[in-house]
Amino acid sequence: MDTQVMTADAPEASRCGMQTVRPIEEVKSVVIRFVGDSGDGMQLTGNEFSKAIARAGHDFATHPDYPSEIRAPTGTLFGVSGYQIQFSSGQVFTSGDAPDVLVAMNPAALKTNLSDVKHGGMIIANSGAFNKVNLQKAGYQSNPLEDGTLTDFRLYTIDISDLTAQALKNTGIAKKEVGRCKNYYALGLMLYLYSRPIENEEENIRAKFAKKPDIAEANVIALRAGYAYAESAEMFVSTYQVRAADIQPGRYRSLTGNHAAALGFVAASELAKVPLFLGSYPITPATDILHELSGLKHYNVTTFQAEDEIAGICSTIGAAYGGVLGLTTTSGPGMALKTEAMGLAVMLELPLVITNVQRGGPSTGLPTKVEQSDLLQAVYGRNGECPIPVIAARSPADCFDCAIEAFRIAVKYMTPVIFLSDGGIGNAAEPWRIPDPAALPPLDVKFRTNPDGFEPYARDEHLARAWVRPGTPEMEHRVGGLEKHFLTGNISHDPLNHQRMVEVRAAKVAGIAKDIPPLEVEGPSSGDLLIVGWGSTYGSIVQAREQAELAGKSVAHVHLRHLNPLPAELGDILARYKTVLVPELNLGQLARLLRERYLRDVIVMPKVQGKMFKVSEIYNRILELC
Amino acid sequence: MNQMTEIKPLTRKDFESDQDVRWCPGCGDYALLAQVQKLLPTLGIPRENFAFISGIGCSSRFPYYMETYGMHSIHGRAPAIASGLKLARPELSVWVVSGDGDSLAIGGNHFIHAMRRNIGLKMIMLNNRIYGLTKGQYSPTSEFGKKTKTTPLGSIDRPFSPVSVALGAGATFVARTVDSDHTHLLETLRRAAEHPGTAFVEVLQNCLVFNDGAYNTLADKETRDDARILLEHGKPLRFGKDGNKGIRMRGFDPEVVTIGEGGVTEADLAVHDESAPNGGLAFFLSQFAAPLPVPLGVFRSVEAPAYEALSTQLAADARAQKGPGTLEKLFNSGDTWTIA
Repeated sequence: MDTQVMTADAPEASRCGMQTVRPIEEVKSVVIRFVGDSGDGMQLTGNEFSKAIARAGHDFATHPDYPSEIRAPTGTLFGVSGYQIQFSSGQVFTSGDAPDVLVAMNPAALKTNLSDVKHGGMIIANSGAFNKVNLQKAGYQSNPLEDGTLTDFRLYTIDISDLTAQALKNTGIAKKEVGRCKNYYALGLMLYLYSRPIENEEENIRAKFAKKPDIAEANVIALRAGYAYAESAEMFVSTYQVRAADIQPGRYRSLTGNHAAALGFVAASELAKVPLFLGSYPITPATDILHELSGLKHYNVTTFQAEDEIAGICSTIGAAYGGVLGLTTTSGPGMALKTEAMGLAVMLELPLVITNVQRGGPSTGLPTKVEQSDLLQAVYGRNGECPIPVIAARSPADCFDCAIEAFRIAVKYMTPVIFLSDGGIGNAAEPWRIPDPAALPPLDVKFRTNPDGFEPYARDEHLARAWVRPGTPEMEHRVGGLEKHFLTGNISHDPLNHQRMVEVRAAKVAGIAKDIPPLEVEGPSSGDLLIVGWGSTYGSIVQAREQAELAGKSVAHVHLRHLNPLPAELGDILARYKTVLVPELNLGQLARLLRERYLRDVIVMPKVQGKMFKVSEIYNRILELC
Repeated sequence: MNQMTEIKPLTRKDFESDQDVRWCPGCGDYALLAQVQKLLPTLGIPRENFAFISGIGCSSRFPYYMETYGMHSIHGRAPAIASGLKLARPELSVWVVSGDGDSLAIGGNHFIHAMRRNIGLKMIMLNNRIYGLTKGQYSPTSEFGKKTKTTPLGSIDRPFSPVSVALGAGATFVARTVDSDHTHLLETLRRAAEHPGTAFVEVLQNCLVFNDGAYNTLADKETRDDARILLEHGKPLRFGKDGNKGIRMRGFDPEVVTIGEGGVTEADLAVHDESAPNGGLAFFLSQFAAPLPVPLGVFRSVEAPAYEALSTQLAADARAQKGPGTLEKLFNSGDTWTIA
């Protein structure tokens, strides 16, 4: 799908006014991966490159991939940090299967990423870092840039380390700082190669290093030097251009899933006209939501960095009891610690949102890698009969909508809601079409203030009890984790009352099914094969299905946002296809839920490698099945 | 306009809920309930602005018996829940009622961090030095060697002093009182209620089923004056039936002396200072154990900004600096681009 279409355009003059005449090849989509040491600034380079791509009107998707060590020893295989971006003249759903271009800043980065690069792809290697020590650390017996290892690729060796040092020799900045500028040199190279101007980037650098003007200037010089080198050196036979994508008009910005979630939570608070409270404990990869909201105190946002995960959710329960929108954010191990308190929230029937940005598990697992293995924990993982609605986001930008949806359900049904994101979309970015705030759906919150006939556990037509803010006269009442009387909420150990309460709590959550927007099925409405997906597998499934359709296959796709309860019509949809395939980044957790609920078999497609599905993996599985 | 609506003054009755109190007859918890119900109507706070949060244990049933807002939560977590409530609603008067197991074993982490932050919670800990609700196991305050169901050969756990823990965690108000002295209990609670930050009160409380008599010497009017020392700010550390005993410092060691014996005068006694910038004296007193008298009263009371006030100020400053946030501004901040 992302093959380079080699329709060489007529040569045109370069933008910088120099008279280089070099052909510009137009390509449909490109996958570029920047890899280097954890300290080489690859995340920054990737991020800045994606901004340049965004400004050019492309659709794109990114995938940052970094180790869980803050800064592993230099040159080591486990210290390699990477950032991949796919951009295209069409729609982009994933960061791409295989890089067309690998920018490798050292031998370890080359070694750990080479097997992913597309056959015949381009490798730009910083030859200056391929010295004896680094080669040894990466386990190379000889230099791969010279020994023929890379003959299947288009190799460009550039001594980025030395060229950056040359460019900066008159600036007087320290040697250590010079070394840190080479990522901007690499960025300059790539901007030229993909026909992007550097003026915006210079502004970005000056803004970013506003407090250190000498460093800002050094980075600008490095950027220009990289750009000029690519332009003037004879090594690149052509440059590449990707046409602007056919994107819905509007104003856009690039958002990661965690950033989008943070904006969504603030939006929920503004729409509801109720303050937002976040009680949280830092944990990878969820912490960025806490970072974002901590900087938004000029909104009605209070953030509380609690002493532990348990206090994170417990403070949130306290805040929700106080009558604000309570939010706690975490990842798998933290979710486990919050379990008991989630049970309390179910008993109290208070609205709050528990966000789990999933990572590889169990235990500490793979903190910086993607996995979808907390689904059963979210649906079932508590003591007692303890139903909690669960929703999941399918892409970075979708985290915005899911954040609002989570609070909509929470306040309407007076219930905690679990919102599942994951490390794949939490840190990845894509363009987000900025919505008109006035066009967002209202979020109705009603606090009961009338004491006449008030019973703390009396329910409305949705089986929700009333939300009463402490401070409301004549409505003082007590809530708690002990089983409570059906109406008064007083402690009750009556056997039949317990059965009634367990059943009404279950019925309340089950009833949300009638409040879920209709499912959209892509592809034929009945037939041979249906793919059911949830969460961040969305992009890979969409692209694989489209390819299969082009290849003449009858294959449909339905993607679930609501996982508990499941949408009411899902059973009927499943029944219309001979085979159901469920790709997930776990050993088959949604598959298990579907089998249990609909008593039909489904084919599990598990992946637990800390990586997203490749489009080709799902495509190949489709071909095996129909 | 000028006509004042007549507000009926609140009474103790107004704070009694319709629930039957289910503590064992004779439990020390009754004394606390009665004194709290007596205190609250005198504080000038509307009843609906009180919230009582508890954890798990005998003492944690407390909120059910108060005609206020309240939550009986989960084991050890009351300070965390109360912190969230206080931060979300700083205008409420938020009380935490807990026990020695709830506060210091399972909930130790939340306990110390509430102290450290100085968040405006009134934290009352009923310390009976035993687990009552689970029927008689030793607690973090049970004495070394104590025989219980889980320590049939005697406990090998070293107990700690709740007051020491609170002081070590930086608490700005720390006091101790005893269930059997209602006047002292009420006055100590009043002092706590008036303190703006975290106010911690340890209530020595008798469990007559599982640890009866733990504080007999403090309860018995015959023995209590020799067994306790009532802390009074700015006053010498005097105690005893005849009021002639006192604490004299020998370097960092306390010694009991008798005024009039061996040339000892009142001027030789250490003077209590609850607001000393250095909390050394309070900590020193918190470590008193027999044969030294048990200090009761306010160990420490110093002023420091309350956490919720700082939090509110941060938000106000942010609004003053950046202007109130709108979704329009929020969505359109950062790098944006337009596709025509």
